[in-house]
Amino acid sequence: MELTVNGTVHDMDVEDDMPLLWVLRDELGITGPKYGCGIAQCGACTVHVDGLAVRSCQLRAADVNGNVTTIEGLGTPEALHVVQAAWVEHQVAQCGYCQSGQIMQAASFLELNPEPTDDQIDAAMSGNLCRCGTYPRIRAAVHSAAARLRGA
Amino acid sequence: MSRLRTITRRSFIVGSAAIVGGVAFGTYLYKRDLKNPLLEGLPPGAAAITPYVKIDASGVTLITPRADVGQGAYSIQAHMIAEELDVDLDTVQITPGPPSPVYYNGVVGVEAMPIAATSETLLARTGRGASDVAGKLLGLQLTGGSSTVPDMYDRLRMAGAVARETLLAAAVAQTGLDRDQLKTEAGAVVLPDGMRLAYQDLAAAAAEMDPVTEVTLRDPSEWRHLGKTQMRTDILPKSTGTQTYGIDMAMEGMVYATTRTNPAQGGDIMGFDAGRAEKMRGVQAVLPITGGVAVVADNTWRAFQAVQAVDCDWGPSPYIGDTAAQFEAVAESFTDDRQDSRFRDDGDVSAALSDGEVLQAEYRIPYLAHAPLEPMSVVVKLEKGRVDIWTGTQIPRFMQANVAALTGIDAENVHIHVLMSGGSFGRRLEDDYTLRAVEVAQQMPGTPIKMVWSRDEDFTHDFPRPLAMARARGKVSEGQIAAYDLAIAAPSTAESQMARLNQPVFGPDIAIVAGAWDQPFAIPDYRVTGHRVPAMVPVSSWRSVGASGNGFLHESFMDEMCHAAGVDPLEERLRLCTHAPSRKVLEAVGEMADWGADLAPAQGRGLAFCLSFGVPVAEVVEVSQTDAGLKIDRVFVAAEVGRVLDPVNFEAQLSGAVIWGLGHAMNCELTYRDGVPQQDNYHLYEGLRLYQTPKIEVRGLENGGKLRGIGEPGVPPAAPALANAIFAATGQRIRELPLSKSVDFA
Repeated sequence: MELTVNGTVHDMDVEDDMPLLWVLRDELGITGPKYGCGIAQCGACTVHVDGLAVRSCQLRAADVNGNVTTIEGLGTPEALHVVQAAWVEHQVAQCGYCQSGQIMQAASFLELNPEPTDDQIDAAMSGNLCRCGTYPRIRAAVHSAAARLRGA
Repeated sequence: MSRLRTITRRSFIVGSAAIVGGVAFGTYLYKRDLKNPLLEGLPPGAAAITPYVKIDASGVTLITPRADVGQGAYSIQAHMIAEELDVDLDTVQITPGPPSPVYYNGVVGVEAMPIAATSETLLARTGRGASDVAGKLLGLQLTGGSSTVPDMYDRLRMAGAVARETLLAAAVAQTGLDRDQLKTEAGAVVLPDGMRLAYQDLAAAAAEMDPVTEVTLRDPSEWRHLGKTQMRTDILPKSTGTQTYGIDMAMEGMVYATTRTNPAQGGDIMGFDAGRAEKMRGVQAVLPITGGVAVVADNTWRAFQAVQAVDCDWGPSPYIGDTAAQFEAVAESFTDDRQDSRFRDDGDVSAALSDGEVLQAEYRIPYLAHAPLEPMSVVVKLEKGRVDIWTGTQIPRFMQANVAALTGIDAENVHIHVLMSGGSFGRRLEDDYTLRAVEVAQQMPGTPIKMVWSRDEDFTHDFPRPLAMARARGKVSEGQIAAYDLAIAAPSTAESQMARLNQPVFGPDIAIVAGAWDQPFAIPDYRVTGHRVPAMVPVSSWRSVGASGNGFLHESFMDEMCHAAGVDPLEERLRLCTHAPSRKVLEAVGEMADWGADLAPAQGRGLAFCLSFGVPVAEVVEVSQTDAGLKIDRVFVAAEVGRVLDPVNFEAQLSGAVIWGLGHAMNCELTYRDGVPQQDNYHLYEGLRLYQTPKIEVRGLENGGKLRGIGEPGVPPAAPALANAIFAATGQRIRELPLSKSVDFA
């Protein structure tokens, strides 16, 4: 099957039901998306398919109908995405393991809703678990990123 | 502190690690030559001036030997060195270095001693010195007990200063200028005319010199890193998916493994049939390991699938297997013959409680899993009498010793490459996952094995925080707390954990009563007794260890007595408090929370205090009753750490500790049936989510005194502050965790 990840087309020979997460991590060596729970409870594996956040541990390889973007394709240390820049500014990360997923979730959410309320942020981000408890800074960073996206 | 500022040449020869311990504690009796591990294999022209600074042609490398498990240890260690060395942290390499006795932890042992942090008696000071001696003799390279900052603060600044002055001496030799004409800045010696001599260009000359050992540490007023807002060194990689954790390690020829071990704790595997699994795509081998099987495949998911297809014949767990029976064993342990400690026994509690109205209450707290988000993972390569291991660990030297014992390979040929951990909370104080992977590697020599546990394997093979019960009795008189008798029964963390590290344990286990016996309150008749429950399922250290649960036990009954006495819980604690820094913390949190101000009828405010790891922390939680359930609105936290070295991370650690404490108190427990943990993923062990996260206000007090770490002490007061707030809001006194057994949260 063909898979487009971060703008590169790959011809993959994997089982239809291999989760996209493991195609990315173990077949393509793209390790930004993380394995945390395997049952869509933590959100560490979040990537975009055509710009929308999905849990890659639950998406079968055969069901990927669109371009996949991982955190590596969102921005780079040299050229940060607005959401990543907000994450750096607020020093959100502690262990950092969930943050790829948090950032991908926030980027997709802000694309759809650039002027979110606190309640909307809470609702959009509560599927992403952070064991270190970085939530207060996630809230602040999402607000910062939203303001920048609006050009404020 | 002044004695620490100047060190002598003679003492430096011992190795810079020894100096701090020696000078600080005034004894050199135990000193021995600690070899600088960086000198091994150092190429010509490179310098390893101290065990913490290496300079070669490619630049400067800082060694930050305490593991980073998310608490920011690498960053703060690097800033400590840079404060004296004058390097820009975005231009240096930062690495935890190899396992070595030189990186011993001289502080963490204090937590295993019955010395109250508030005590300055001769015995207490001698004991703290003994921890340094023991840590050094045992080469105790361990990250834990919130010890990184207090242990490394002098050592690393000293290492930076020694390296800087030695490089300056090399520049003096090279230029003929006086030391006073030179300055250092951003990784270079700067000459009077502005010419810059990069440190790496001075490395060869510096390596030939005896290190300069008479150095003066900079006064905090001159600091440019510490105490200032800093950018943590790992923020950029962790915001871009470029941080390499153990689970991300990759190398040529690597295969992917996973394990499935008996879910009944400690049970064996009696036999297995791998027929189905071996035929599955990508499977290379199904191998026996201790207590179960491993599948080696060409992809982690294929290994996960295949390991579930192995038919395993599991033996029974040797431990008490059901949670009700486990609590019965705890309840049966409040006996004289199981008394483990009575470090506090003020006045005459028995007499005080022999007549009149005695308040009584019983509390229960559950087993808790660590469940860091990165599941246990490790890469192992074993070949020709050498083992290389890449993983996150807090115990590299113990791991090295255990791998050596398992394989028969000399410890010096067991190479531990420590990687960033995706959380730990104490889980990576164990090395079981590495030993299982080594067993696989022994059966596939020469092939790098990456072993990743599934989340359910991780949950069901944790070493949890032990369960506990408390029986409390007390008396109030004339609006005051007059007597407090607290008995706690729990299995011993130290007995279980230290056995796996082959460390001897003596005497009582402090963890059974930590955070309860050592609180700075003068109650006329005041007693705290620990009872040791005979070992059940293996247990280990969990963020804030014994205090994690004992804070709830001690502070819940404190609140009950205040209410019985009709006295304000803050005023009564202030009246009883004997420790000035603790008093200031209580006063601060009262001011922050506007304690005493009116709340809406459906709201409640709870206070709790705990002094753990030398840090007094007070927290106030505000809750309100809503149609959807109880909502935590705001939390106020005040803590005293002597000096805040990284204000941003300080706030992150404390607010994270509050969230950790609240989330587990609300809805987490590990229960067992036939020895099998019943919670195997996050849907059954939720913790706190963003929508439930309250507004958290943090204040760090800096009233001098000793420097302390802040990773753990914020945890213990969170659960009791929440339970006390629920009582204030609803009148319901909850004496068992998790609270979700008794109330619904919004």
